[in-house]
Amino acid sequence: MGSPLAEGVLKQDVRAAARLMRRLDDQQPDAEQALRELYPHTGRAWILGITGSPGAGKSTLTSRLIGKFREQGKTVGVVAIDPTSPFSGGAILGDRIRMQAFEGDPGVFIRSCATRGAMGGLSRSTSNVVRVLDAFGKDVIIIETVGVGQDEVEIVSAAHSTIVVTVPGMGDDIQAIKAGILEIADVFVVNKADRDGADRTVRDLQIMLEMNLNHDIPWRPPIVKTVAAKGDGLDELVEKLEAHHAFLRQSDRIAKFNRERIRREMLDALRSRLLDAAAATIDAEGGMDKLIDDVDGGKVDPFSLAESLSGKILAK
Amino acid sequence: MATQTKLRILVAKPGLDGHDRGAKIVARALRDAGHEVIYTGLHQTPEQIVNAAVQEDVDAVSLSILSGAHNTLFPRVIELLQEKGAGDIPVFGGGIIPEEDIPGLKSKGVLEIFTPGARLEDIIQWVETTIRPH
Repeated sequence: MGSPLAEGVLKQDVRAAARLMRRLDDQQPDAEQALRELYPHTGRAWILGITGSPGAGKSTLTSRLIGKFREQGKTVGVVAIDPTSPFSGGAILGDRIRMQAFEGDPGVFIRSCATRGAMGGLSRSTSNVVRVLDAFGKDVIIIETVGVGQDEVEIVSAAHSTIVVTVPGMGDDIQAIKAGILEIADVFVVNKADRDGADRTVRDLQIMLEMNLNHDIPWRPPIVKTVAAKGDGLDELVEKLEAHHAFLRQSDRIAKFNRERIRREMLDALRSRLLDAAAATIDAEGGMDKLIDDVDGGKVDPFSLAESLSGKILAK
Repeated sequence: MATQTKLRILVAKPGLDGHDRGAKIVARALRDAGHEVIYTGLHQTPEQIVNAAVQEDVDAVSLSILSGAHNTLFPRVIELLQEKGAGDIPVFGGGIIPEEDIPGLKSKGVLEIFTPGARLEDIIQWVETTIRPH
């Protein structure tokens, strides 16, 4: 059984690819079938992650990187993630504003996604949207996370090479030590490096790296100063990223990365099926509101209820 | 997980005018009504807008035009959408648009025009009853 959307993606039909991404985001059942067919055509792209705090310059940096890869003749896909409002469920996705220069370049496909309640800095659909861009034939795929704080680190298992963007004056060296986000960098960028304190920030990061006692990792994350708005430092950044990519390919790290990615994709797919089954069982038992009433009215406690529900889900 | 479908709407400012307060207010109102808005910023060409609309698989394109170039820009966006095989994506908009121009724009395929004084609730209600998710 052939999925027309999957066929469209393999023929590089932008509308089909965009529609499939939409259906993945909306978790439509036919989208998974398309993904199954595309899966054997994926695995070629180099996936980059860009993460950092809000306002650090992730979108501008992404735009500059697109330009550099286009100069090299590579095609580029971008998945740019912005937050969903926890109150309304709506979102304003504004990352394309900084990438206008590539609007109309057939070698660039930019897709905005809202987090839709997912934690960790990505949307639930991110990995699948990346797979679609990969099957579409993009050479480099850049994932731009939402503006993150200290522990939204899901990007590590979604991207081969992760850039952590920081800016001068974000806090003293203690911030640098405690923040989980800093442990995930393959390359650090100190953006807006024409501002006061850039060298201090570089030094704080260096000290933090020296204190890292994990000596079995032979890759030491380089620190690159950039002024993304002007394009300064971008050549050096691309060079360091390519060095990291080469490192991954030489060592067994890329195999490890792929296994980790498969593990996560499989668990995500399994979780999604179990949640579907759970939702169906809850409906069959009279719906969530009735179950809440039962607990609220003292008929049952949440734990016994969950045990009885899970028994029914697994019996199916 | 249950299938979820919300509207995805592109809010764009074509042409040369530099005032995007109206566009931002509409974008914000759509977000607060639970929809996803792709906002592409100022000074967009029709080509850029259509490119973004196709890549983002939006349910509608909304244009805000205050420059007086609405009679050119609206039809051009519709034409380009058709060229890209995306003529099914509806176009609506608003801005400083004289009453007498509205019938002409509608005859060229613009679904609705909101002029100054339109209430946000009315815009949202119109969107939610008229625009269907893909």
